[in-house]
Amino acid sequence: MSLLDRAVIAGVYEHPTRWAPDKTQYQICAEAARGALADAGLTIGDVDGFLTAGVGPIGIMTLAEHLNLTPRFHDATNIGGSSFVAHVLHAAAAIAAGLCETALIVYGSTASSERFAVGTGGLTSGDPPDQFEVPFGPTVLNAYALAAQRHMHEFGTTAEQLAEIAVTMRRHAGLNPRAKYRDPITVADVLASRVVSSPLHLLDCCIISDGGGAIVVTSAERARDLAKAPVRILGGSESLCHTAMGRRDLTDMAAKASGPRALAMAGVDHADIDLCMLYDSFTITVLLTLENLGFCAKGEGGAFVQNGRLGLGGALPTNTDGGGLSSNHPGMRGIFLVIEAVRQLRGECGPRQVADCAIALCHGTGGMLGLRHSGVTLVLGR
Amino acid sequence: MADAKYAKPLPRIDEESKGFWEACQRRELVIQRCAACGALRHYPRALCPTCLSDAVEWVRCSGRGTVYTFTVTHQNQAPGFRDALPYVLAYVELEEGVRLLANIVGCAPEAVRIGMAVQVAFEDATAAVTLPTFAPV
Ligand SMILES: [Zn+2]
Repeated sequence: MSLLDRAVIAGVYEHPTRWAPDKTQYQICAEAARGALADAGLTIGDVDGFLTAGVGPIGIMTLAEHLNLTPRFHDATNIGGSSFVAHVLHAAAAIAAGLCETALIVYGSTASSERFAVGTGGLTSGDPPDQFEVPFGPTVLNAYALAAQRHMHEFGTTAEQLAEIAVTMRRHAGLNPRAKYRDPITVADVLASRVVSSPLHLLDCCIISDGGGAIVVTSAERARDLAKAPVRILGGSESLCHTAMGRRDLTDMAAKASGPRALAMAGVDHADIDLCMLYDSFTITVLLTLENLGFCAKGEGGAFVQNGRLGLGGALPTNTDGGGLSSNHPGMRGIFLVIEAVRQLRGECGPRQVADCAIALCHGTGGMLGLRHSGVTLVLGR
Repeated sequence: MADAKYAKPLPRIDEESKGFWEACQRRELVIQRCAACGALRHYPRALCPTCLSDAVEWVRCSGRGTVYTFTVTHQNQAPGFRDALPYVLAYVELEEGVRLLANIVGCAPEAVRIGMAVQVAFEDATAAVTLPTFAPV
């Protein structure tokens, strides 16, 4: 039994809301926790591990207080939107090491109803590199646009190829009753939407919503008599990319390091993956992630995403819930990658179900691609 | 001239970086080189990440470089930038080999191309802070 086989995902819950001016962030977290524990057939009293990110400066302590939890293992790793994918790995490792038995991973946000400018506000962290960046006007969005422009220049990637990704995600959203935007769009629609930061158009960018979710990770032993068949954690790995003393290749991503390690740990190859859940902050994020994970060669991403390959019924169904481009994006989306993968592996996805889905790959990207970002790859199996 | 109403964020200059910003005030662009192993680095920091030596040299750059990548930004709600739209954010690859983030000025945003030759220019943001910018040669 491998390290990761000692822990499994026993329950998941995606909060249905996309707009919640009547709820607090903490309420969304609590509702998501209730949903995931009910899905697992466990109670809040079973939770002895607790993981979260993005709920404020000392968020994990406040959120533990809100839920009256006193966990014996906790982790508030915050590496941007990929944090919750990392939390699954951290929880599994903690369970395998005997530090806890049942870990609750929670996320909630009211980014949309609070009118928080997720991608187009200025960036200031106070960290050392800030002084060489913030005077010149970086945003989350334009930091990804820098990588997109370079990829187009080096490899001839076109705006039409990027748009194809947005069109596919929207088609999937049309099959997800909870997706925020469900009306079909065309490549022409994407290209006709305003340029927010060249070469990215408005419809190349993720939406902003409220929302949240939760995941319950428990030991394989504890999962034996629970409500649903456990989902196995086959492999995973993390990585970071930064400016590398001023020499980084902007078409490289953290996925280039984490992906092969995760696949090797899981003992599977690209051809074995039935579903990809990729962080889609922007269309370029998806294209670059596919290349860096090794689904195609560097520079071939533009051709790879065409002709329906990423669509349901295609060779590599990707972001079947509609992704951050169309379903939901409350600021940090990683938890939803895992939730949709688990539901696909259990065959719970109705009209958007991937036939005979046995192995799913989740890859979270957090931070600013052109400045510094994190990557976490997780391989799950039924 | 320095503008008292400068609204964009200013660098928070620290002990590790002040050599860079003092050079900008002299209208010189400098990067760091490790005196022990020779590695060039940007952004500046006190210790070399390659060998952890604190023997640092400041190298005066030619100020010439090329655009490695860029983006014309049309939306930024932050103070100062809201009024400067559209602006060009770019990585400039210096002749010395390291890349730094900067704005491209002195031409229409739509004229900027990857590979374009640029030369450093300096903008006095305030009396205390001068920022490097780059303009087409
Ligand atoms: Zn050195």
